[in-house]
Amino acid sequence: MTKAPNELTIVEAARALRARELSVRELWDACHAVAVAKNPELNAFLEIFDADDAAIEAAQKRIDTEGEKAPVLCGIPLGIKDNIMIEGKIASAASKILENHKAAYDSTAIAKLKEAGALFLGRTNLDEFGMGASTEHSAFGPTKNPHDLSRVPGGSSGGSAAAVAAHLVLGAYGTDTGGSCRQPAAHCGIVGFKPTYGAISRHGIIALGSSLDQVGELGKSAEDIRILFETIRGHDPLDSTTNPEGLYPAPQVPAKLRIGVPRHLVEQEGVDAELRAVFDAALKKLEKEGHTIVDIELPMSSYALASYYIVLPAEASANLARYDGMRYGLAKRGQTLLDDYLESRTEGFGEEPKRRILIGTFVLSSGYIDAYYRKADATRAVLRKEFNDAFAKCDVVAFPTAPAPAFKFGEKSGDPVAMYLEDVFTVTANLTGMPAISVPMGSVEKEGKQLPVGMHFTAPHGAEALAFRAAEAVEEVRSA
Amino acid sequence: MATAEDVKKLAALARISIGEAELEKFTKEFDSILAYVGQLEKLDLPKVGAEKPALRNVMRADGEPHESGKYTEKLAAQFPERDGDYLAVKQIISHD
Repeated sequence: MTKAPNELTIVEAARALRARELSVRELWDACHAVAVAKNPELNAFLEIFDADDAAIEAAQKRIDTEGEKAPVLCGIPLGIKDNIMIEGKIASAASKILENHKAAYDSTAIAKLKEAGALFLGRTNLDEFGMGASTEHSAFGPTKNPHDLSRVPGGSSGGSAAAVAAHLVLGAYGTDTGGSCRQPAAHCGIVGFKPTYGAISRHGIIALGSSLDQVGELGKSAEDIRILFETIRGHDPLDSTTNPEGLYPAPQVPAKLRIGVPRHLVEQEGVDAELRAVFDAALKKLEKEGHTIVDIELPMSSYALASYYIVLPAEASANLARYDGMRYGLAKRGQTLLDDYLESRTEGFGEEPKRRILIGTFVLSSGYIDAYYRKADATRAVLRKEFNDAFAKCDVVAFPTAPAPAFKFGEKSGDPVAMYLEDVFTVTANLTGMPAISVPMGSVEKEGKQLPVGMHFTAPHGAEALAFRAAEAVEEVRSA
Repeated sequence: MATAEDVKKLAALARISIGEAELEKFTKEFDSILAYVGQLEKLDLPKVGAEKPALRNVMRADGEPHESGKYTEKLAAQFPERDGDYLAVKQIISHD
């Protein structure tokens, strides 16, 4: 093998494990050693776990006895965002208010991964409760971008993205509420995915915006993403928002795709000119390979971000009301019961959760709910219809994942709206509930550093396979 | 325009205290965020969301999802203050 074990893709490692070129223990040790060595610099992990000898041995035994029939993720070390519960481990959501919170049970996603024999290398960093696009809002310090340590890795799943990009793990899970897997994947030069709303159980996931949240996947290739997704997808009796089998028709996946491009969005103000050039060049290459580029219009997309920043804070303020210092987490005690609540929440929440709780409380308050929340919800319905109409003309919709490559630490921290604009493209998929993927399309040079940029594809509800195919098409033209 | 008083009132509703030092910053940011999301106001939207959604039953069948007491100790172990398996909190209704 020319690559070190930790540098393999999941598919490559699974093959090497079955060919006896590599043992589960060697793979774990390689990832663990690199993670321990690099984490002080990157801060991708909030905690790196010790080897679970029983799990490692069980995975090895399974590969030895079942061979090709063993699940692909068997024996594969993964990173888990710290808002996904693993029984007996801390699940802090990178917040002081949950710093000592120990998960009492496995999330359904983790239970399925354990069943498949996957290994967990550690808890990855995020913006507090998933609120942010840079990990600068983590209560435990930001994660660094492996391509340029002076830049953010994106967020909120920035720890997961940096861990995969720097080869500390072979793949990772995150959550995606407004772009939290796709935008950091773009900034770190890997593939990031958000499935259809309801495709994956959220039982045991720390909630942010309940009409938007999905568990997402981060990996080195579209093929790996498909495996990470397939392993944990499916209806769950413990989450009534999961989709039953057959809710959406299985998509036809053509070899040559019709790719819809909303030029009015791609050419809007604030989109980096060099990034746009990379996007256009990638489209040209796709066209040369026989895919068709179709012009489409999604006028309501211009209002998507405004709509998102009403819906999300509203839902977040309701979800975060449960952290009151009474049952778990940070518990400050004052004179009265009200003081207990006030002191626990004031000390426990960072600035961004407070900001969004205030906005959410405002837009839901009597007298404003029609002007804000209901208007945002109506906007969302129109947006969904526009995308559905566009899918009559195309298989997937393409635009850049983020308006520019990774920015520098502190560049946007003084201006919340500038930070929110990072999500201008990605939020559309959360608002419509459609599956969407970010795949590396090339890089742009900033201050002498090559910074990766991502192409984003949205597919119709339940058409994950189309999103994967589109990502593979970009991978094909990139390697050609 | 939001005033410092408005922000204070919202904070109280949300059970958060905002110190005087932060108040000015939060009020300013609050205005800029509301100005941004307020662009929806000028939108005249067709009533597409108003039709009845396709409903399906998402409730599981009645029954015990797990044996009683399975998680009690794990959850109770995290109580800031416990009295056996009870969660101890301050007295809420006073008798004087």
